[in-house]
Amino acid sequence: MTDFREIEVKDEWFQPRAKSTGKAEVVVRPSLSYWADAWRRLKQNKLAMFGLYFLIFLGLAAILIPMFSSHSVTATDLPNQNKAPSMQHWFGTDEMGRDVFTRTWYGARISLFVGLMAALIDVTIGIIYGGISGYKGGKVDLVMMRIIEILYGLPHLLVVILLLVVMEPSLTTIIIALTITGWVGMARIVRGQVLQIKNYEFVTASKSFGAGTLRIIRKNLLPNTMGPIIVQMTLTVPSAIFAEAFLSFLGLGIQAPFASWGVMANDALPVILSGYWWRLFFPALFIAMTMFAFNVLGDGLQDALDPKLRG
Amino acid sequence: MTIQIQQNDEQHQNLSIVIGKKILEVQDLHVTFQTYGGEVHAVRGVTFDLHEGETLAIVGESGCGKSVTSNAIMGLISQPPGKISNGRIFFKGKDLTKLDKKAARKIQGVDISMIFQDPMTALNPTLTIGEQLTDGLRTHRSISKAEADKKAIEMLNLVGISNPRERLKQYPHQFSGGMRQRIVIAIALICDPILLIADEPTTALDVTIQAQILELFEEIQIKTGVSIILITHDLGVVAKIADRIAVMYAGKIIEIGTKREIFYTPTHPYTKGLLNSVPRLDLAEEELEPIEGTPPDLFAPPKGCAFAARCPYVMEVCDYVQPGTTYLTTSHYTDCWLQDERAKGLFND
Amino acid sequence: MVNYVIKRFFMMIGTVLIIATLTFFLMHAIPGSPLDSDRTTNPTIQANLEKFYKLDQPLSSQYISYLKSIVTFDFGPSIKKPNESVNSLIGRGFPISFELGMVTILVAVISGVVLGTLAALRHNGVIDYLAMTFAVIGISLPNFILATLLIRIFAGELGWFPAATWQSPMHMVLPTLALATGPMAVIARLTRASMLEVLTQDYIKMAKAKGLTPWKIIVRYALRNAMMPVVTIMGTMLAGILTGTFVIEKIFAIPGMGKYFVESINNRDYPVIMGTTVFYSAFLVFMLFLVDIVYGVLDPRIKLHQKEGDPS
Repeated sequence: MTDFREIEVKDEWFQPRAKSTGKAEVVVRPSLSYWADAWRRLKQNKLAMFGLYFLIFLGLAAILIPMFSSHSVTATDLPNQNKAPSMQHWFGTDEMGRDVFTRTWYGARISLFVGLMAALIDVTIGIIYGGISGYKGGKVDLVMMRIIEILYGLPHLLVVILLLVVMEPSLTTIIIALTITGWVGMARIVRGQVLQIKNYEFVTASKSFGAGTLRIIRKNLLPNTMGPIIVQMTLTVPSAIFAEAFLSFLGLGIQAPFASWGVMANDALPVILSGYWWRLFFPALFIAMTMFAFNVLGDGLQDALDPKLRG
Repeated sequence: MTIQIQQNDEQHQNLSIVIGKKILEVQDLHVTFQTYGGEVHAVRGVTFDLHEGETLAIVGESGCGKSVTSNAIMGLISQPPGKISNGRIFFKGKDLTKLDKKAARKIQGVDISMIFQDPMTALNPTLTIGEQLTDGLRTHRSISKAEADKKAIEMLNLVGISNPRERLKQYPHQFSGGMRQRIVIAIALICDPILLIADEPTTALDVTIQAQILELFEEIQIKTGVSIILITHDLGVVAKIADRIAVMYAGKIIEIGTKREIFYTPTHPYTKGLLNSVPRLDLAEEELEPIEGTPPDLFAPPKGCAFAARCPYVMEVCDYVQPGTTYLTTSHYTDCWLQDERAKGLFND
Repeated sequence: MVNYVIKRFFMMIGTVLIIATLTFFLMHAIPGSPLDSDRTTNPTIQANLEKFYKLDQPLSSQYISYLKSIVTFDFGPSIKKPNESVNSLIGRGFPISFELGMVTILVAVISGVVLGTLAALRHNGVIDYLAMTFAVIGISLPNFILATLLIRIFAGELGWFPAATWQSPMHMVLPTLALATGPMAVIARLTRASMLEVLTQDYIKMAKAKGLTPWKIIVRYALRNAMMPVVTIMGTMLAGILTGTFVIEKIFAIPGMGKYFVESINNRDYPVIMGTTVFYSAFLVFMLFLVDIVYGVLDPRIKLHQKEGDPS
């Protein structure tokens, strides 16, 4: 640090100098929009970016690989049952001689489709329900929230199991069963956001200019609630994927010969202690990696979209 | 807010300074914080002392290092990211910066205690008032619960809370803001401290409650003889209860003196600016002038005087060299180049 | 507090009623009711069913007698196993499932809280980094996948623990670990986040300023407040552990209620599905009720019966 005694203080320095304009500090960082700023923060999070890239890769591969694979998902080849991974069958074959590699990627399709569809339907219902409840307020809100409270008290997976016992198990019924109870969480989040934002002054200002309800919802409320909705969506997808695998594992999901990761894991259970490790290993690895990718991406988005919450 | 300086308290002030023993000496204190943006020099060489029964106010804008200074005395600088990089804090003959944690807890918390800004957050919502009052006492002294409760009731009486016995069993949410601040004060006083540090104790309160709390401080000081360091940006509070005032700017004390000296003969341009930015009853005619500009960036503190960029009397020297301390009286010091012989007559003010 | 408990109690009854009704009508909505005579061949079972469900009577009186039987805790006969009732299955399976669930909760809560607290206290340190990496992996590993991996490694390759059944503490290790890892990871993350927030609060600074020992500050001041969000997710977590017992008991061949439930799903033993579903729901809702009360005890601000102090 500077010690004033060590510097020679010159007499001529004792002159009034023009006062500086006061603009000494210029903001160096250009001001970014909310989304650009969030993207910048997300890019800094290596784990979240890994999740994002992995999911993009998974999505593309799930679409392309079953299309171009020389093996069929369902075709059985009994002489070649339970073959270890080889150049012919990269991930080996199962007890019916089906190619595990192709089935794993086909399973990725099912898992991603169930996850994304469930999340999309949850968001749609959640935004409509939560938006109306929060925006209308008063008695409407009270009744709608009471309904949510009751639904929230129901054990989610039990209801899903019950529905699937009654309905013919298929991809559609799984998605329906998952969304019947799944939208509640999203509706609560949207309502909370809307309640908070609708009292902000810019909304009051819009109202005073005579903007209609729809316009206010579209222009003011939705953009400002998108952050938490996106985060909730990223976390809904892995829980739907988990639920599908779980239900398939219980025998309530996709039916053989079609493949989902849960079905494959379930099929591998009887041979768990035998040498056929690949039959369990690959579906397990893919479920875990996908859930991991969605979770870290969700965490990263949460940090990026809501800087207040950064730890 | 208006400031009224009590004209007749000059004697009381001088008395306490003359009679009181020195209890605290802060010498050339430097505190830095490591952040993602680099090292922040929050406190850059603060020196002052405090006498028995005295109230010293440390004033300044937010971010000037006044709270960091008090946290350093209280031992609340957590390392990392904070660090007392230089300087000494003598209290009862011991250098607080050199004590190990265990020894420090016997002083910080017993002999020195602290009051925080926001009474709504300073109390633990899940413990009763009684538990929060007595747990410090029972940590430092081996006394029974009954004795501790007795002392707690005594303290609640002192700070003016009625029905103290029943109140001990209640939780913070059952009290109003003003009441909570009284409880916070009671907690701070329960171990009979020698020094009380109050960090913006009235800022979060309503104006009417503020006055009550300030009166409580005066009352307590008379009853217990405790020394007080009052951290505030509110000159109204200062005018009411301070004996001496230290003005901080960008991590340094730039002027220190008795209340009369600071209010009537301020010498540093920043002090003058500060006083001119607040309405005063005794100088009703003058216009209010805000101080233009913002304090400097403490990531890279300026080489010369930190106030140079905003100073209306700035000279070339201010940009190059930090001013030394000039002793105007035995109690009034300032760090400003205008006090140099060579600057005399340059500005007619 | 009393009002609060009463309100929660009635909500609990309501939820169970909804589940019971839903179960009843869903089962009767299945084309050619599952209880129809052509589904069973055993005359004993058919007689039991008709006696219990009063199948000769209209749906409304069937429903009412069904509700009555639930109130008296009688869930009727099994469709597939003669001389077996849902009650006897629950009686045999529930104690084992309960044991598995409770051990899991204990392990998950204790280790999750300890891990989360350590991570928060060493924020951005090595422990924090390791604990949170472990937590993200734990959340990403579905319990049934973890269970199979654990069997493969610790029962298969290493042979340290038995791979199946429920007999000794050694048998409990793998199933408990498989079931507890997910909830533990969730609790660890939540504890860390809420601990980090609590540690910045003024009352923690104040506790430090009082010169309290670090241990006392963490336990009495920080942890107790940081536990609030953890208690609120206990409900969701209990539901997760409960459904988790279905697969864990299936994988480890543990003769608990979950195993019977999965069996009943697979061979479409509808009365058992109905009975166990209602029982599970009632149990879960009751646990949620307990969690709510615990929350009320932990957070003095919940005590609604007290008047809001006299703010003077």
